[in-house]
Amino acid sequence: MRFYEFEAKQLLKKHRIPLVQSELAQTADEAQKLAADIGGPVILKPQAIAPGVAAASMREASDPAGAKAAAAELLGLDDGGRKPNGILVEARPTGEAVYSLSFTYDGTSKRPVVAAADMAGKIDDLGDTHPERIVRRHFSSLYPFSDYIAKELAKSLALEGNDLKRMTRIVSGLARLFLDYDLADLDVTSLVKLGDGNFVVLDVEADLEIEARHRQRPMLDELGFAKEDLRQVREPTEFELEGARIDEEDPRGIISPIAEFDGNIGLVIGAGGGSLTLTDAVRKHGGRPANYAAIGGNPSVDKARRLTKLVLTKPGVDKIAVMSNVVSNTRADLVARGVIKGITELGFEPADKILIFRVPGAWEADAAKILKKYGVEYCDRTVSISEAARRAVEKVG
Amino acid sequence: MAVIVHEDFQFIVQGITGREALNFTRECLQYGSKIIGGVTPGKGGREVYGVPVYDTVREITETQRVDGTIITVPLAFAPDAAYEAIDAGIKEVVIITEGIPRKDASAVVEYAALHGARVIGPNCLGVIVPDVCRFGSLGGPAVDCRKAFKPGVVGVMSRSGGMTTEICNALTLSGLGVSTAISIGGDPVIGSTYVDLIPLFEADEDTKAVVIYAEPGGTAEAELARWTQENNSRLPIVAFVAGRFMDEMPGMSFGHAGTVVNKKVDSPADKMRRMREAGISVAEEIGDIPNLVRERIGN
Repeated sequence: MRFYEFEAKQLLKKHRIPLVQSELAQTADEAQKLAADIGGPVILKPQAIAPGVAAASMREASDPAGAKAAAAELLGLDDGGRKPNGILVEARPTGEAVYSLSFTYDGTSKRPVVAAADMAGKIDDLGDTHPERIVRRHFSSLYPFSDYIAKELAKSLALEGNDLKRMTRIVSGLARLFLDYDLADLDVTSLVKLGDGNFVVLDVEADLEIEARHRQRPMLDELGFAKEDLRQVREPTEFELEGARIDEEDPRGIISPIAEFDGNIGLVIGAGGGSLTLTDAVRKHGGRPANYAAIGGNPSVDKARRLTKLVLTKPGVDKIAVMSNVVSNTRADLVARGVIKGITELGFEPADKILIFRVPGAWEADAAKILKKYGVEYCDRTVSISEAARRAVEKVG
Repeated sequence: MAVIVHEDFQFIVQGITGREALNFTRECLQYGSKIIGGVTPGKGGREVYGVPVYDTVREITETQRVDGTIITVPLAFAPDAAYEAIDAGIKEVVIITEGIPRKDASAVVEYAALHGARVIGPNCLGVIVPDVCRFGSLGGPAVDCRKAFKPGVVGVMSRSGGMTTEICNALTLSGLGVSTAISIGGDPVIGSTYVDLIPLFEADEDTKAVVIYAEPGGTAEAELARWTQENNSRLPIVAFVAGRFMDEMPGMSFGHAGTVVNKKVDSPADKMRRMREAGISVAEEIGDIPNLVRERIGN
């Protein structure tokens, strides 16, 4: 879950990481006043979540009037259906050197890693353009962070004297904050060394591990981060919110994720990797999925019933495809029961509404029996995922 | 020969009295696996399908050889369960539990490495050597499991538990069959990646080829491509990459926790390019996998 930059900076400030002078404005007038207080040229950053919006929309202004005009424009940006959550107004530091730092988990070594470069930017991008400028150190999430790791990193950046000591303090502080707050990624894309020798953080991006949001509640509360706010890249639709409600109200099985697309084939599909594969297969055969609704983890009849009704009543959807990989723990018969129940409750014939039912695996014989009663063909494991998707697309026309 | 497990492999189930654990314990026993004990704190002394339940892991390891454990306890207790198993000397640790924050997963994996133990997962379904041993919940009820997994020549590693069964089913239907299948887990930090496990398949004389199932997110496929280029492996590799539609939806997560396209290396297109360049065959659909394997092993 992405933090707004002003939130990330509050966390850094609390941990005494030196920052450039920075204030949040909610209106263009506030931005003008903050720019006047700061004095001199300022940077304006819209606080946005959708990928690329914040980075692509930074503005510079040489005076308060310019700041006001830029802020007015930025406040009107579209952030995935939302407006920006204010504008950060920041002093533009004039430095003699600039660095970048990046904390993440390395899936290969399975450990946290810090990377640094003696230039600004995202380490991921610099890895393509300037791999020789990047230095790395792994650390541990099992043992407390030790400052020497930061010192070694600073040394590899060819820093010495006070520069080495200052950088060590900043990297150590950030590493501890990264671990303590369960961050998944922390990128300081611009760390400026000022003329007086001090370092200040100019640009920072931080992501919280979504699975840790419950145990990080105290920190999130302190930031005023609402409980239901998952910082999706775009605002959830009514369809998606209803899907989430159905999922929450019954702990048996999982419907997640659920997303709305603009196609016409309603999908009730197996969770995890099966749903990824099935969505690709439908698209490959020229089909346009109306939604993504992955159901798995051995859902109850009722959960399958409610999901079926939700998908089938979505505007533009006339028929649904019920498909999954060969299931192990999910019971095919319970899914069949739920789907049939959902369709008949809406007053339709299952045979008219089901494009294909391909859920092989656990309890498949029972599923086939139930479907047969309603005149619906049951596809077994000899019908491949791709073939099932092809038939569904062909039937919808 | 087999990978990770073998005919006499004995294991325990931590969290054995949970809803899903009861199911797969019964299924494993019906499949012929040797489950010699279960652990649920406070429920010591009971039995689950004839398997004795204990309060602690050490009560079992003090009297019997325990080769592996399946951890399926609730999220908040999963790292503790893993530490308990590792400290009791268990060397093969499968973590089924989903939703463990990566910091905790990373700590458990580091601890395991320090103690010579291997972690499979989290967020996986375990390991199966068809007709020899099922160590986890792959394949569902024994009767369904036997339909999808027949002994054969292809090793399988998959980031999705469900797709492990789907792919093995396709290999079984084609007559190639499966040597060992491993559901490696769908989280951003997992104990064993393709590159960690492929040497085991390399050493397994039953395995003639390896199939991997990949998803958006992470560097594991790029690492496998690099490994393939750097090592003169005898094993041809066939890969399938799911979630290609996600290339058009940066920042959105579908499927597993590790499945998100934020960086270039996360993207299915980038993964496929790297693997093709390394000589790995990339299947367009699951149904193509058996033929690609046959082409590669000349059978």
